Amino acid sequence: MIRGKCWKLGDNISTDHIISGKYKFEAINDINKMAIHVLEDVIPGFYKLVSKGDVIVGGRNFGKGSSREHAPRLLKLVGVGAVVAKSFAHIFYRNAVNIGLPVIVAKRIPDVSETGDVIEISVVEGYIKNVTKGIEERFTPFPREVLAILEAGGVVEYIKRFGGLPWSRNIG
Amino acid sequence: MGLIERIVSKAIGKNVSAGEIVVVNIDAVYAQDGTAPLVIDVVEKELELRKKIAAERAYFFIDHSSPAPHVAAATVHKEMRRFAKEYGVKLFDVGYGISHQVVVEDGLVRPGMIVVGADSHTPTIGAIGVYATGVGSTDAAIAMMFGVLWLKIPETVKVTLTGSLPKGVMSKDIALNIIGNVKTDGMLGKAVEFRGDTLKELSIDSRMTLTNMCTEMSAESAIIPVDNVTRNWLAERGYNVYREVDWEKEDGYVDEIVIDVSKLEPLVAAPPDVDNVKSVAEVDGVEVDQVFIGSCTNGRLEDIEIAARILHGRRVKEGVRCIVSPASRKVYLEALRRGYIDVLANAGCIIAPPTCGPCVGAHMGLLAAGEVAVATTNRNFPGRMGHRDSKVYLSSPAVAAATAIEGRIADPRKYLL
Repeated sequence: MIRGKCWKLGDNISTDHIISGKYKFEAINDINKMAIHVLEDVIPGFYKLVSKGDVIVGGRNFGKGSSREHAPRLLKLVGVGAVVAKSFAHIFYRNAVNIGLPVIVAKRIPDVSETGDVIEISVVEGYIKNVTKGIEERFTPFPREVLAILEAGGVVEYIKRFGGLPWSRNIG
Repeated sequence: MGLIERIVSKAIGKNVSAGEIVVVNIDAVYAQDGTAPLVIDVVEKELELRKKIAAERAYFFIDHSSPAPHVAAATVHKEMRRFAKEYGVKLFDVGYGISHQVVVEDGLVRPGMIVVGADSHTPTIGAIGVYATGVGSTDAAIAMMFGVLWLKIPETVKVTLTGSLPKGVMSKDIALNIIGNVKTDGMLGKAVEFRGDTLKELSIDSRMTLTNMCTEMSAESAIIPVDNVTRNWLAERGYNVYREVDWEKEDGYVDEIVIDVSKLEPLVAAPPDVDNVKSVAEVDGVEVDQVFIGSCTNGRLEDIEIAARILHGRRVKEGVRCIVSPASRKVYLEALRRGYIDVLANAGCIIAPPTCGPCVGAHMGLLAAGEVAVATTNRNFPGRMGHRDSKVYLSSPAVAAATAIEGRIADPRKYLL
């Protein structure tokens, strides 16, 4: 169960918005040094304001742009518990699953939610609830294997625990 | 079944269709100095593995901050060299070239392969019939260590190109035209397969620009079937060994777009996003401080050639910086041999080594607040090339070269008589 405050963002939040290339290259050898810059041009001071378990609610094509995995990693690092959006850029989506940050495609919640609302999510049962507004939405369940990766806390943890990917455990 | 589905079906020995998640063997995987530091962390600190990697399919490129503009980058490069040596990854060091350009040029990727790169513009290499997609560092690390990855097969949209490109109009303009119409999320969850008579007239250089820009429509992949243009290109370089699939069959599409390229004119993508596409006439006269010709989108020989044709015997406008960066050392050397570099340097261009630097705002050509640039690159998000209050217009190398001469956005056609 994920429960936290909503941070509402719009359409087309890019990886550059999440962590600008210039910081990525200035602090390229230490992701922790980038954390103070996460989403800074969208929500100034975000890293100080966000609390553990908070939920980012975006619009269409969340995470578009580069392949930089720093983007979902930094969101997770500063405490974001999940990202809900109308659609996700595919590399961001893969990266988020791989590092164990739940990414949920929703139709209605992005339209009705505002910053500060309380959001509750169960990735296992497949619902998102805007507790403040009293609105609940079911989402398409993750494929069993993707859920297994999220539940393990990321693909690396999954591989370490089970010795392979959930689709075929006989790798390496 | 679209071409990508046929490539995957052949590779895994059973028919797959769009939407399915499959685990596939990865034929080649690469990362660059923006994404490799996390690859190294995943392998050594998270997976805690110490084993040799298949050097014939795992590559590192130092192409983003290259040569190192600061100590942090130098430290990353040093780590990449150490890791590459220890684990057996083949390293392409400073100056060799940009990943997508080099893997094609050096024959490291071949038609029919399944390739991932920790760089979002990996679909570029689909220009020679490769199923290629961008991934993050964890995926790249897994593909390097285990040789496999999970992939969700995308649906395919067919883009049919008809007619001949008018003078001064390039494949970049075709790409910008499509993005202007479908918008930046137009191909989300999809792959683009190019078809049509125009392809016969498009070189591999031009094709790579097309597939490169599909990333900006949020396509997961882009592919151009192997035809005689590809076969001749491969044969000239001795790259004759590759996997055949049925390249001709046109089947399995969820949508189709048809473009008559003979009706296109030179275009630009105005800030703040790649789908804000306008004709050059609409932005005629916008003054610029900098022009950048290069990147994985338009730093190939054909791009340098057109810039040299336009700038031959002319000068870059005083007060404007015009940076030219060939996409690889091979491109650089061939441009030198043909005299293009001489022409460009004489015209007042700054010739930079192969690097992604200016495109990604890493180094060499960053913009100050209020400055305006025309770049042949692929993204114009706010702050992409420097200060968040700078502006980037994306264009073909022809528009960029004409703009360098006039110091304001200009139509290249008048210089191509």
